[in-house]
Amino acid sequence: MLGRTLREVSTALKQGHITPTELCQKCLSLIKKTKFLNAYITVSEEVALKQAEESEKRYKKGHSLGDLDGIPVAVKDNFSTSSIETTCASNMLKGYVPPYNATVVQKLLDKGAVLMGKTNLDEFAMGSGSTDGVFGPVKNPWSYSKQYREKRKQKAHGENEDSNWLITGGSSGGSAAAVAAFTCFAALGSDTGGSTRNPAAHCGVVGFKPSYGLVSRHGLIPLVNSMDVPGILTRCVDDAAIVLGMLAGHDPKDSTTIQDPVKPFTLPTFADVNKLCIGIPKEYLAPELSSEVRSFWSKAANLFESEGAKVIEVSLPHTSYSIVCYHVLCTSEVASNMARFDGLEYGHRCDINVSTEAMYAATRREGFNDVVRGRILSGNFFLLKENYENYFIKAQKVRRLIANDFVNVFNSGVDVLLTPTTLSEAVPYLEFIKEDNRTRSAQDDIFTQAVNMAGLPAVSVPVALSNQGLPIGLQFIGRAFCDQQLLKIAKWFEKQVQFPVIQLQELMDDCSSDFEIEKLSSVSLKQ
Amino acid sequence: MSSLLSASSALREDALRRLKREMWARAVKLGLRSWVGWRRGFTSKADPQRSGRVTAEVIEHLERLALVDFGSQEAVARLEKAIAFADRLRAVDTDGVEPMESVLEDRCLYLRSDNVVEGNCAEELLQNAHRVVEEYFVAPPGMCSPKWLNRLSLSELRI
Repeated sequence: MLGRTLREVSTALKQGHITPTELCQKCLSLIKKTKFLNAYITVSEEVALKQAEESEKRYKKGHSLGDLDGIPVAVKDNFSTSSIETTCASNMLKGYVPPYNATVVQKLLDKGAVLMGKTNLDEFAMGSGSTDGVFGPVKNPWSYSKQYREKRKQKAHGENEDSNWLITGGSSGGSAAAVAAFTCFAALGSDTGGSTRNPAAHCGVVGFKPSYGLVSRHGLIPLVNSMDVPGILTRCVDDAAIVLGMLAGHDPKDSTTIQDPVKPFTLPTFADVNKLCIGIPKEYLAPELSSEVRSFWSKAANLFESEGAKVIEVSLPHTSYSIVCYHVLCTSEVASNMARFDGLEYGHRCDINVSTEAMYAATRREGFNDVVRGRILSGNFFLLKENYENYFIKAQKVRRLIANDFVNVFNSGVDVLLTPTTLSEAVPYLEFIKEDNRTRSAQDDIFTQAVNMAGLPAVSVPVALSNQGLPIGLQFIGRAFCDQQLLKIAKWFEKQVQFPVIQLQELMDDCSSDFEIEKLSSVSLKQ
Repeated sequence: MSSLLSASSALREDALRRLKREMWARAVKLGLRSWVGWRRGFTSKADPQRSGRVTAEVIEHLERLALVDFGSQEAVARLEKAIAFADRLRAVDTDGVEPMESVLEDRCLYLRSDNVVEGNCAEELLQNAHRVVEEYFVAPPGMCSPKWLNRLSLSELRI
């Protein structure tokens, strides 16, 4: 049952094949079994069981609230959840209990979703590995998959199985791992530079970033106000569309949400592939791109072409500067957003009480890790009077050029862009930590952050397994506010590639029938 | 009446003097002096040969503005790298290009009508603070900045 899609489980609940309480308990027990993944910071067991009970009552009366009623979900720990600790994986907010729910959390709860817990992340969502939070790194469930282990046995013998575990990618690694390990059916992440799509690609799940302004950011502890969006992680594109339908729409509490009316939608089967125009940005053919990812990218392009779509090479000329521009804007906004953490009204407070400045300084030293402090200092540097014009304003100008690049490409008739999501498959933690956070982020965000600067919707879809048995994802980028169209195309593509289900048999003694590899029926991109 | 007032003001002054002595004593105990000393010593350790955008002056200025300390030479090196990285933007021709603040710049920002619809949650909000007195958040005094401490003589600090 846990391996089913959200839609399938929802149907099962409506038909009474399983009750919300049973489902909730199965997920809770699986969360306990997979505790070593460190995907969850807080497991809200009591709350979840209570919500499941209420959902069950509704189903018994025939008054279900819809497709999400009774469905276990998880939320990244930088979304405020009323009465549930929200830490952002930082000492600064350890023990902080918000008095309100983020709008997106409230919407999920209003539709009857069952909140399993808060997932782990990089501290304050800064990072691309989910390795820098105070609760420790998140382990990629694929490290323990049959597919990966079998490939490893062929290479290394007698190695300690757990010492070389893989990262999930970040910063919504906990959410991605929670979904990939079947402990919930959907999870919320946040996406500022790729933080939802990156771990989605590494964990073999769907990571969707909505258009900026479509989904409310109220209650999402902000990193970069002009780029943050809540992200959705699910096991298939259809599920992401269901969740988006519940979350999208104007929020009076977030004035950056657009006021256009939004209605929930079901994704129709996409039949007009031959009318599509797919753009392949040539600047995304980075030298660091792994040959396997490049090969899958090329095969995907060929797949569209073979179905009659027009596939053309396009140019986004300022691509090489986008990561630099992102770096300046991100650190500058971070410097501003982190200023609210002074220990006075909430969060950690140090013991020094001699003066406000000494108190603020010590509180912030104790509360933030090196990564956060580094970004605050960089941001403050770029915002100094003597640097403001040359760095911050300059970066804002470059941002317009980057956004215009996308506008020009879409105006030339391209419907959707197809790019890699990451440079390679997930790497082992021991290798990942050899470089510092800023270097890694600059490397790993290369395909994803330009989308945030332009505010466009994008989705990472798992495509196939690498030679090592690890997931590789590809990214589709759509026009602003054409999220539905984007998901339609992604759903079609997903059906073509038939990405295999992760085999975690050692953990699932009682549900082995759910986790068999699905037979590859149509065209597949397996090497 | 006047004797009462003068007595009470004398008491107040006494209390203030005692408070100041306690504060300085605590400052010493908490190693604040060492923190100030460390900061001074740290900046003077800054490598004079570093290609220096990040001079000792800049370090001090940034720490003061951000109220976050560098903590180590590594952090300074990381900032230097971050600046060098950002310098790549100079190669882009942005003549005649307007800065972009938001991707939604073509739309009108939504503004609610100015009516009170929620509030009265002082108690809830105060619960998250560590130091609270009635409905006030308690902050330490603001005049005792490091600059002040620096000016004081060592003998006073040793109280």
